[in-house]
This record gives sequence, C-alpha cells and structure tokens, in this order.
Amino acid sequence: MNIIIAGDGKVGVTLTRQLSAEGHDLTLIDLNGDTLSSTMEQCDIMTVQGNCASMSILEQARVKNADLLIAATNADEVNLLCCMTARTINEKIHTIARIRNPEYSDQIYAMRSAFGLSLTVNPERQAAQEIERLLKYPGFLRRDTFAKGRAEIVELRVKAQSKLCNISLVEMYRIIKCKVLVCTVLRDGSAIIPSGNFVLREGDRIFVTAPTANLTGLLKSLGIITRRVRRVILCGGSRVCYYLAKRLEGDGVHVQIIEKDMERCRQLAALLPQACIVQGDCTSQARLESEGIDDCDALVSLTGIDEMNMIVSLYASSRGVPQVVTKLGRSENTALISSLELGSVVCPKELCCNTIVRYVRAMENQTGAAVSVHAIADGQAEAVEFLVDETTRHCGVPLKDMKLRPNVLISSITHGSTTEIPNGESMFQLGDTVVVTSRRGVLQQINDIFA
Amino acid sequence: MNYKMIGRFLAQIVTIEALFLLPPLCISLVGGEQNAVRGFLLALAVMAAAAGLLFALCRGGGGRLFGAKEGLVCVSVGWFFLSLLGALPFWFSREIPRFVDAFFETVSGFTTTGSSILPAVEQLSRGILFWRSFTHWIGGMGVLVFLLAVTPSSKNGSGFTMHLLRAESPGPDVGKLVPQIRKTATILYLIYIGLTILNIFFLLVGGMPLFDALCTAFGTAGTGGFGIKNDSMASYSPYLQNVCTVFMALFGVNFSCYYLLLVGGVKNVLKDEELRLYVGIILVTILLITWDIRGMYASLSEALHHAAFQVSSIITTTGFATTDFGLWPAFSRSILLGLMVVGACAGSTGGGLKCARVLLLFKSLRRNIHKVLHPQKVQAVRINGKVANESVLENTNAYLAAYIIIVVLSTIAISLDSYDITTNLSAVLSCFNNIGPGLEAVGPLYNFGGFSDISKLVLSLDMLAGRLEIFPILILFSRSTWFRK
Repeated sequence: MNIIIAGDGKVGVTLTRQLSAEGHDLTLIDLNGDTLSSTMEQCDIMTVQGNCASMSILEQARVKNADLLIAATNADEVNLLCCMTARTINEKIHTIARIRNPEYSDQIYAMRSAFGLSLTVNPERQAAQEIERLLKYPGFLRRDTFAKGRAEIVELRVKAQSKLCNISLVEMYRIIKCKVLVCTVLRDGSAIIPSGNFVLREGDRIFVTAPTANLTGLLKSLGIITRRVRRVILCGGSRVCYYLAKRLEGDGVHVQIIEKDMERCRQLAALLPQACIVQGDCTSQARLESEGIDDCDALVSLTGIDEMNMIVSLYASSRGVPQVVTKLGRSENTALISSLELGSVVCPKELCCNTIVRYVRAMENQTGAAVSVHAIADGQAEAVEFLVDETTRHCGVPLKDMKLRPNVLISSITHGSTTEIPNGESMFQLGDTVVVTSRRGVLQQINDIFA
Repeated sequence: MNYKMIGRFLAQIVTIEALFLLPPLCISLVGGEQNAVRGFLLALAVMAAAAGLLFALCRGGGGRLFGAKEGLVCVSVGWFFLSLLGALPFWFSREIPRFVDAFFETVSGFTTTGSSILPAVEQLSRGILFWRSFTHWIGGMGVLVFLLAVTPSSKNGSGFTMHLLRAESPGPDVGKLVPQIRKTATILYLIYIGLTILNIFFLLVGGMPLFDALCTAFGTAGTGGFGIKNDSMASYSPYLQNVCTVFMALFGVNFSCYYLLLVGGVKNVLKDEELRLYVGIILVTILLITWDIRGMYASLSEALHHAAFQVSSIITTTGFATTDFGLWPAFSRSILLGLMVVGACAGSTGGGLKCARVLLLFKSLRRNIHKVLHPQKVQAVRINGKVANESVLENTNAYLAAYIIIVVLSTIAISLDSYDITTNLSAVLSCFNNIGPGLEAVGPLYNFGGFSDISKLVLSLDMLAGRLEIFPILILFSRSTWFRK
C-alpha cells in the first residue's frame, strides 16, 4: 500500500520501521531535514521536507496515489488540518490522526465525522486504559487481549519462592488446576517457544495463554493473592495520569497524585474532584514515605522522564509495593531494562503504533491475513490472531496430525464464545479465531504456520 | 567496516557477471570459435570459484552496521573486481594477449568509456566482440542497481541500500523515484531495457545485421562507444548514423524524466532546467560546428549531419565517430573538448561533470559574484524552483576541485610517454569523462595501444573514478576507511 506518514517523531519513526518492514511504500513528511535523512538511512522510504498541512507538500508526497495518511506530528491541530487537506486532494484516502489533547477527547466522534477521519489515536489515553487493565489483575506484568476479549496472553515473572520455580511445564499444568498454556519464555534476553519438558527457572518471564474467564483461577492456583486494588499512588501529573485517575475514580479506587509543578496540581485538582493531589517531588523517598508508599496497593510512575520513572519504580519495588507500573517513552532499551524490577512496563508510543498497524492490516484485507499482531517478549516474539477462512488448509484436522513450522505454537482456539487451550486432539473449524505465537516476522498469513 | 556484508555483495556481483557471460558464450558456441569458448569457460570457472570462496568466507555480519562507508567501498571494490574478472575472457582466449591491455579494455567497457587499445577490432571473434560491447550495457546503468532490482529486499534496516544506489548512480543529488529502492531500481532497468530494444528495432529497420545492431545498441545505450568496425560508425548508412545520433542523445537524458513522462508529468519534464540546458547546449554547439566545418563537406546538410553525430556522441560521452574530427578546425575541436567536460545529464548512463553540476556551479558562481557586490546578501540557489541544499552545493564545489586535481595529476603522470600535450590532456579528459576517443594520437581513428603499462593503469583508474564520480575511488585511499582510529 501507499502510505504517507506526517511527523518524524517517536511514533512516526516506529511506524515507519514497522510498516516499511512489512513491504509498504512509505513517504515521510517532516519539517526537519536532518531527522528525515537519518530515518532514511534506516528504512527504505522516500521523504519530503515541509509542512504536512500544506497542499503543495502533500502533492509532492503524491497524496493522489496514496491509500492512507497517518498524521502524527506533535500538534493536534496540524494533524487535523493535514488530514482535511489530504482529503480535499484525494477523496478516497483513509486518514488517521493522532489527537492527544484531553480537551478534545470528548468531541472525538464529532471531529471524526467532521474531518472525515478513519481513525483517531490517543497514545496517552490508550496507555491509561492499559494500566487500568493491569491494575485489575495485580500480578500480571502485561495483558494482551485476543478474539474480542475472549482469550488473553498474560506475562508473569518466575520468582525464587514461586511454585513454578524449577518445574517442567508438564508438571506446571498439573499444579495449576485451570487450563492454560505457556507459549513463550523470555530467558536471558532471548525468547524461547517451549516444549512440554522445558524447565522453568528463577528470573524467567513467561507468557501464558488463558481464556479470560480463567485468569482469576490462574492467579489463585499460583498463590498470588488477588486483592482488589483500593489505593493507588500516581507519580507525575502527566496526561496519562489525568486519563488514568479519571478511570480509576470511576472504579472507586482511591487515587493519590504527586506532582512537582504547582500550576499543574491546580489544574488537576480542578479536573479531578475526588483525587488527592499533593505537590512535591515524587523522586524524593521521604515524600513517597510520607504519602504512604508502604500501605498502597499499587504505584504507577508517570513523569515525562524515563529515568525518573525507573528510579521511582525501583524504589517502590524495593519497598514491596504489590503492583508497580512504569511508563516509558522509549522502547529501544527493553532488553536492558527487563532485568530491572520495574514491574509492568507500558509504552504509549508502542500501544498507539500497534493500533495503527492493526488498522493497516485490516485495510489490506487479504484472505487469511493476520487480524492483529501483538509483539511480546520485548518484541522478540509475536502473538498473531488469525481468522480461519475458506483458504485455510488443514481445517478439522487434529493438531497432532499437522506439521507445523519450528518455533510456531498454536496457543488458543476460540469457537464462538468459548476459548479452548489446544491439545493434540483439538482442531480448528471455519470461522474460528486462532492465536499463534512465533518468533518475530515469520507469519504473514495463517497458512504460513504449516511446515 | 562490515567486511562480511561487503564480501557477500562482491560474491553476488561476481555471480551476476558470470550470468552476463552466458550470452557471448552462446554466440561463440554457435559460431564454433574454439579460442573464445575456452576463454569464456575458463573465466566462468574462475568466477565460480571466486564467488564460492567469497560466499563461504563471508557468512553472517547481517546484524552489524552497513553505512555510507560500506556502501562506497562495496561499489568501488565491486567495480575493480568486475573489471579484473571481466578481463579474463579476453586474456584466456589470447585475443588480447597482455593482461594489462585486457584490463584496460574491460575497464573501458564497464565504465562505458570506449577507449580501446586494439588497432584492428575486426580481427576479434564475434563472441569476444559481443562481450566487449555487452560490458557497456552492463556498466551503463550499473551492476549494483541491477543487484538491487533482482534481490529481494531485506526486511529490517534496508535503508542502507540507498548508499549503493547513491554511489553508483551519477549526479549531485540522487533520489528515489518511488519509496522502495527495489522498485526504483526495477523501473530504471525497465526504462533502460525498453529504450535499448527500441534502438535495436530502429537499427534493424535500417538494414543493419542483427549482430551489428545488438553491439551498436549496447554501445549506444551505455553511452560507451566500442565499435565493431575499425572505422567506428563511418561505414554505416546515414540513416543508421542518424538513429545513433538520436538514441545517444536520448540515453544522455536523466532517466527520471522518462519515468515522469510515463506517469504523466509532461509539464514538469519540459520545465526541467537540466534537460533544457542539455538540449540547449546540443543545439547551439551543433550550429556552431556546422558553420565552422561547412567548407570541409560537399553540402551544408552533410556538415550538419556530421556535426550533429559528433556533438551527440561527445556530450553523451559515447565516443562513436562517423568522421575523423581530428581534422576539423581548432574551433570545432575546442568545442568538442569542452563538451567532453560538460557531459550528459545526471541520472543518465553518460559521464562527464553532468549538466546538473554545471548548472549548480554556474548558479553558485553567480551567487558568489552577487556576494562580492553585496556582502550581506543572503540568497538561495534554486534548481527547478526548489532551493538547492547547501550541502549539495558544497559537494559540487568539492567535486569540481577533485576533478581538476585528478585531471592535472593524471596528465602529468602519463606525460612520461613522449606524446604531445594535446594527446595527453585529451586522453585523460576522454578517459576520465568516459568518452573514448581523444584528439591527435588518440583521435577517433587511432587507439590507446601506444601508451606504456603504467599510463594504461593510470587511465584505467581515471575511467573508474569518472564512472563512479570520484569519491568512491578516493575513499579507497583514505586511511580512515580501513582502520579504526
């Protein structure tokens, strides 16, 4: 497909990398020529320097032949204008705009129809949504949802005192009473698609597929006590903080926000009537102690500086806060970070990119193409959701009779409303949703899983 | 330095060269030319061994950096390799007995120069003649561009291939036609092949034998200029010569203009400043030379015919000849010498400084003159209405400096052979700008066979430097290319 990306920022570059690797024709527009040429060194793309909302620049980027425009500059208004201008030149073009200003978030639907937007993305809001989901099930580092919410892949860390330490997967399935499947193990920075004899060790991060209904059971049988989160400390009053606090307030959770800037504190206090907003430096340990870090259920670090968030989360983990979530703006250093006790890591940029990539794949609409792709295990493996259609081979054949490619694992099969964790006897039928985990970049369509 | 990736690229280049060796081999087999067949087979064996060895030695390295430096080294070392191995058929078949001569001839072929050391080309076997002309066609658009077009694009970080395209395609500011480099390379080659087939067709219509038509079209397409007759193009009919005049000029046009024509941008093509300059220079110089040589030919139309052919041949750096322009008056010869330096358009198969650079140089010169008068003046240099990047201007100025230095040094170096200054200077200009014939003792009816081995190597290096636009060759001599600080 012919795709134009406006804005060579964090989201722009990540999208460019992902989409050009998937073989799309990309044109990148930005005001800054230097960042453009450095992106061009990394990816096989074309670049245009200039204001993406101007007609002549869009024409230079050949908007007439483009199928999709993604506006991801740092200004919402420019993004909107860019999409609008593009549509006056090319009526058929799909447009995606990043709108992140909370003041616009209530009018998103009105704007979508007024500006003819196909999709709007708001990384901060999405991150808040993600963090809220994590806080609902304390114990999981990360949750990915598939098959319209009927199957999940959750991430767990194997701790020294855990029941899972030093046992093989076959034994593990015996200990855990509900049906789950370990689909990927991240050990010493490399992802492994395990077999039944695989023995878990301390420090492994495991990715477990389970029907959504079984998640509570999984936590219980692992001995991780699921206590409802009642008291949360949010460090840093960023936009994510606002969205998250708003959601948590709705869930009846007590929210405490620590923010350095007095002016921002006042704004938040006006916006969030129920939250307790404290002005102060959240990196100061004394401040955290006096705000009750020892008896909170969860701590989320949300300042704008990654290093600060990491320090705060490390401290919280060392103080034994049951659930810690860290927001990181950059995702390059995940391999380095994974050895640190940061709890769950949420990266707004990645969430937003995943949404857009999913939209692009849906637009392509090839038969058997992936419905959605979730990068797991620090991006070294991916969980891909497929819909079984007429072109899919081996329909109705038990899994034990299929020859799959190495490092490919069928992790769950959803028939109608029930999700099954497959064994050798399982089979998929027309219309089922199948989630497959594999090493990165192997699978484009469902028939790729067969050897 | 990512030696392993470079080694793998070299291996791929050698493989492709071996594939290109098959058509001439077939011709030799059909013609029953035993020496030539042996030459080709031995050369193929050496290439297979070289490629196999490189593939075996250079596994891995994919994850490491492959940047501008690696790209440039890849291109320049690749072209050395190409020429060394490409010389083998000439040498093994004993049709060119000395390796230095064979190397010179091959470099001249791949760089689309067309300078020859052979006094009588008609003695060569047809297979060898075909290979000699075919090297022009291969070198014209470039082997790495071909490689980029045929190899599947690697998934991650494939931006580096841009360095290869940039190093091999001529011009001050190389860009892509479409976002993906593989598609860009494919489009370029499709245009190239299409134009070549059109050329062959028009030659066949004029009654040229198929073999001659193929070889002449290869020489024209690559703007090379190896003839298969001792008198170059002189013995063909005026129609055939006119076909060559037109097609030489066409192959000297920036190929992105053809792409724009194909996708419906006629207006932009007509407005292109470089194209206008190129056409303008051709028309003006044809008129000037016709006027200058009007007394030497029977009619004005014949003078016009010869002037047009020679101008088209020299400005596109092809080097075919219909007449001995060495006998022309000094004014015409000086104009031709000037055209040698100007060269064809950027992004074409021709050599020389390129019209785009001449345009940039004149415009930035004009700006500097304004600056002397108004020291505080801030002015942008525009090409086609767009502001030219300052770094492009800087590079163009540096290019001119390097160009002059190399011309002077090479002229001094080959002056050790006792030829006159006109011969030496025109020989260097002719090789460096990838033209072919020079003036006096290296004129269109003579050859480079009389130079010493050292001069031939210097000229070979000049040809490579000219084809690859100097810098890829120069960085080979820089310490920091090969060693870490």
